Amino acid sequence: MLNYDLVVIGGGPAGMAAALRAHEKGVKKIIILERADSLGGILEQCIHTGFGLHYFGEELSGPEYAGRFITQVYDTDIDVKVDTMVLDISDDNVVTACNNFDGLLTIKATAVVLAMGCRERPRGALSIAGSRCSGIMTAGTAQKYVNIDGYMPGKTVVILGSGDIGLIMARRMTLEGAKVKAVCELMPYSGGLTRNIVQCLEDFGIPLRLSCTVVKTHGKDRLEGVTVANVDEHLKPIPGTEEYIPCDTLMLSVGLIPENELSKNAGVELDRITNGPSVDEYRQTVKPGVFACGNVLQVHDLVDYVTEESQIAGEGAARYIEGERADGEKVYTEGTNGVRYIVPQRINKNTDKDVKLYFRVGQVFRNVKLTVKCGDEVILSRPKKKMTPGEMENVLIKTDVIKRLPADSKITVSVEEA
Amino acid sequence: MKYGVAVIGGGVVGALICRALSKYDISVALLEKANDVAMGATKANSAIVHGGFDAKTGTLKAKLNVRGTELMPEVCKQLNVPYRNNGSMVLAFSDSEAQTVKQLYQRGVDNGVPKLEIIDAERVHELEPYVSDEVKCALLSNTAGIVCPYELTIAATENAVTNGADFLRNCEVKAIRQENGAYILETTLGEIEAAFVINAAGNHSDEVSAMVGDDSVKLVSRRGDYYLLDKSFGYLADHTLFQCPNEMGKGALVTPTVDGNLLIGPSAVDQDDKDCTDTEAEGLDFVISKAFKSVPAVNLRGAITSFAGIRSHPTTDDFIIGWSEKSEHFINVAGIESPGLSAAPAIAEYVEKILLGKLECSLKESYTLSRPAPVRFRHMTKSEREALIKKNSAYGRIICRCETITEGEIIDAIKAPAGARDVDGVKRRTRAGMGRCQGGFCGSKVVEILARELGVDKNEITKFGGESKIIYERTK
Ligand SMILES: Cc1cc2nc3c(=O)[nH]c(=O)nc-3n(C[C@H](O)[C@H](O)[C@H](O)COP(=O)(O)OP(=O)(O)OC[C@H]3O[C@@H](n4cnc5c(N)ncnc54)[C@H](O)[C@@H]3O)c2cc1C
Repeated sequence: MLNYDLVVIGGGPAGMAAALRAHEKGVKKIIILERADSLGGILEQCIHTGFGLHYFGEELSGPEYAGRFITQVYDTDIDVKVDTMVLDISDDNVVTACNNFDGLLTIKATAVVLAMGCRERPRGALSIAGSRCSGIMTAGTAQKYVNIDGYMPGKTVVILGSGDIGLIMARRMTLEGAKVKAVCELMPYSGGLTRNIVQCLEDFGIPLRLSCTVVKTHGKDRLEGVTVANVDEHLKPIPGTEEYIPCDTLMLSVGLIPENELSKNAGVELDRITNGPSVDEYRQTVKPGVFACGNVLQVHDLVDYVTEESQIAGEGAARYIEGERADGEKVYTEGTNGVRYIVPQRINKNTDKDVKLYFRVGQVFRNVKLTVKCGDEVILSRPKKKMTPGEMENVLIKTDVIKRLPADSKITVSVEEA
Repeated sequence: MKYGVAVIGGGVVGALICRALSKYDISVALLEKANDVAMGATKANSAIVHGGFDAKTGTLKAKLNVRGTELMPEVCKQLNVPYRNNGSMVLAFSDSEAQTVKQLYQRGVDNGVPKLEIIDAERVHELEPYVSDEVKCALLSNTAGIVCPYELTIAATENAVTNGADFLRNCEVKAIRQENGAYILETTLGEIEAAFVINAAGNHSDEVSAMVGDDSVKLVSRRGDYYLLDKSFGYLADHTLFQCPNEMGKGALVTPTVDGNLLIGPSAVDQDDKDCTDTEAEGLDFVISKAFKSVPAVNLRGAITSFAGIRSHPTTDDFIIGWSEKSEHFINVAGIESPGLSAAPAIAEYVEKILLGKLECSLKESYTLSRPAPVRFRHMTKSEREALIKKNSAYGRIICRCETITEGEIIDAIKAPAGARDVDGVKRRTRAGMGRCQGGFCGSKVVEILARELGVDKNEITKFGGESKIIYERTK
């Protein structure tokens, strides 16, 4: 059995940032375990730009953004094992992994950072009727075929879901010579970033059909077309609005799900809304010494926020390794009235820093007030021109406020009329 | 190519017949029009080994069901195929359904089904805590079980090929003529000669029978839609839970699968196209509404996929098995609708006996009835895994993260006798791509491994043969 102070599971931007920050804070023995054949995570296939505007103040491609962190990691004495899959985390933080050069690895860790990222929702989760022929794939899978393997997964494309990967792939496929016939979105608004709608669809004349879904797939061996239909306010297809669109490829960009099978098996409690672990302000889960950050914790739209969050987790892990325990009094957070969830879910009352609450709203809001309260006390209230589910929001709560709140009290964040 | 016996159709029935015949000193071929075995009804069904109380007493269906269910555990053991004797229940939700349960019990007894019991609601809930509170009583069938139908078919084919049989894929029989007392099968692979022909062509057994001038097989196609739920919902049922058949139809079942998922379905909709396995929204809605009645906690949030299978219902309402009246050396094994999977081992035994009535042959000096267990990394202990990776490092590389499937297992599946040639073939043999992400992550890696092992370009790899290509030309 090997011994490490910190085992980081996942070598994407989250894992790397957490490992680097822990290293800066003086943690000696750190190892990153990554199942892909290189560090970088999903960024390696995101060859478009738009990464790093907040963090580096410049526009980088995915591999460039990841590359900066990869260089930093290899400049330190942080150990890295790629092509290595973690199979299990035991109750006492023994991590079991395997690869084809060491065989089975067992590592006793003082602290663990979960940074496994997320996966795309597959077709089955949508229950679209019709054929299960080839040519139906998630946008991320298509992206891998195009950007990593260098093959075209199709020539005429319909995209279901206007999440960011779908939008990016609409542009990518068009640039490669495919015809993207439509992007259909079930909701009356897009789930993607506004800038992606402009740069990936509008600039290429690709129609975005809101309140519209795919109701059936057609084709014997390879996809031949899809039937789309408009949906009513309950998101149910409206009979009579069906339209057949011939295409050989249906790409799905219908949501991301944090990959928490390992976490669940390790006894980490998950938040019902985020599907990620419930954590405190240092991103420590309910399991002592186990931290989580990046898309495994909550689905992010900007990698810059992932980096920020992961540095917090890395620092938390460093403090834990030095012996600090988060077993004192807590206050809890809750999203209400339009706010779907909040990360972190709880804050240690004796915390020594200001805490940013990250959250998403459940629908598009215009000219509203965002209010943070504890009981009847309004902690903070601020006007908001526009909030959309596609963009993560945050508010800062000051340390002195947290310190004076009663133990076990609840901080709520809600949307109110202006 | 010239064979003693040509078995047409690589479903569970054809494969088990082929296996039974591979023991003898005759040349046997299994002819399948698809790129793999188990691509017809065998791929998409409820996977239940029925107790045997359903079919009318005295029918071939009833006899072969009871016998098949008796043989199934041993066959699965020999072939190392997952089988579980989980038992089944027919749930009654009203007094009239309670009557039906009594009738089914009596029919089961008449059919010779062992270990049947009628149990009260309290006992139902003891065994199945998630069954609806509306339940009144149930018929418990202790010999019923669940099996993986395509693994059974794949394993039987592997076993037959190991004994010397030929498996011919992409070999569709288009016409049959007779020359000099032998059959000439005109196929997509050219002409194949055979002294005896066994028609196990499933939904197409009517057409194949007609090829020798025998129009006695008449089939009606009936689609069944299903939802498969994630393993995290597997706890909702331990037994297979049926509903009472009534004038409105058979209802839907809720059952665990041998892999621990929860399966709900099927609908029953007549359709003209016997090959179209497209699911329909109405069928899927039917399934969920019915399943909900048995187990209210069933939730579509857990759905990982939906699929449909086509039953071929014979107008005679019984299996059609025996020598054709129109052609001397031609055996029909047709109209094998449910419980055809359960009956399959008995059908093979029965057909073997019929054939040996006309065909003289003896047992080979050496043959085997067992298929070695494939490596299953996910079921191994730590020390077994360690030893395995030491022996072959490909077992240390996990390809499918949802199901924990290694590269070594995928290579084994491709190299096996009658091995996988496409992505779905790898999936059925290893489970790679069957988990919650449904191949989102591992699909492209499986394509890569297939291309490498088969020595072709990646863009020649298909999902399930034919035109089901996954990727096209290289990017610019
Ligand atoms: C919805 C549904 C649910 C069911 N549930 C159950 C259950 O729970 N328990 C149970 O016991 N049974 C069940 N059954 C029945 C069971 O699935 C079938 O009885 C069984 O799979 C039939 O096997 P088969 O080999 O006869 O047919 P198939 O599996 O259809 O095999 C026939 C094969 O023949 C090939 N073929 C056809 N024509 C040609 C040709 N001209 N040349 C070459 N090859 C050809 C086809 O490609 C196919 O592979 C169910 C069936 C359905 C559809």
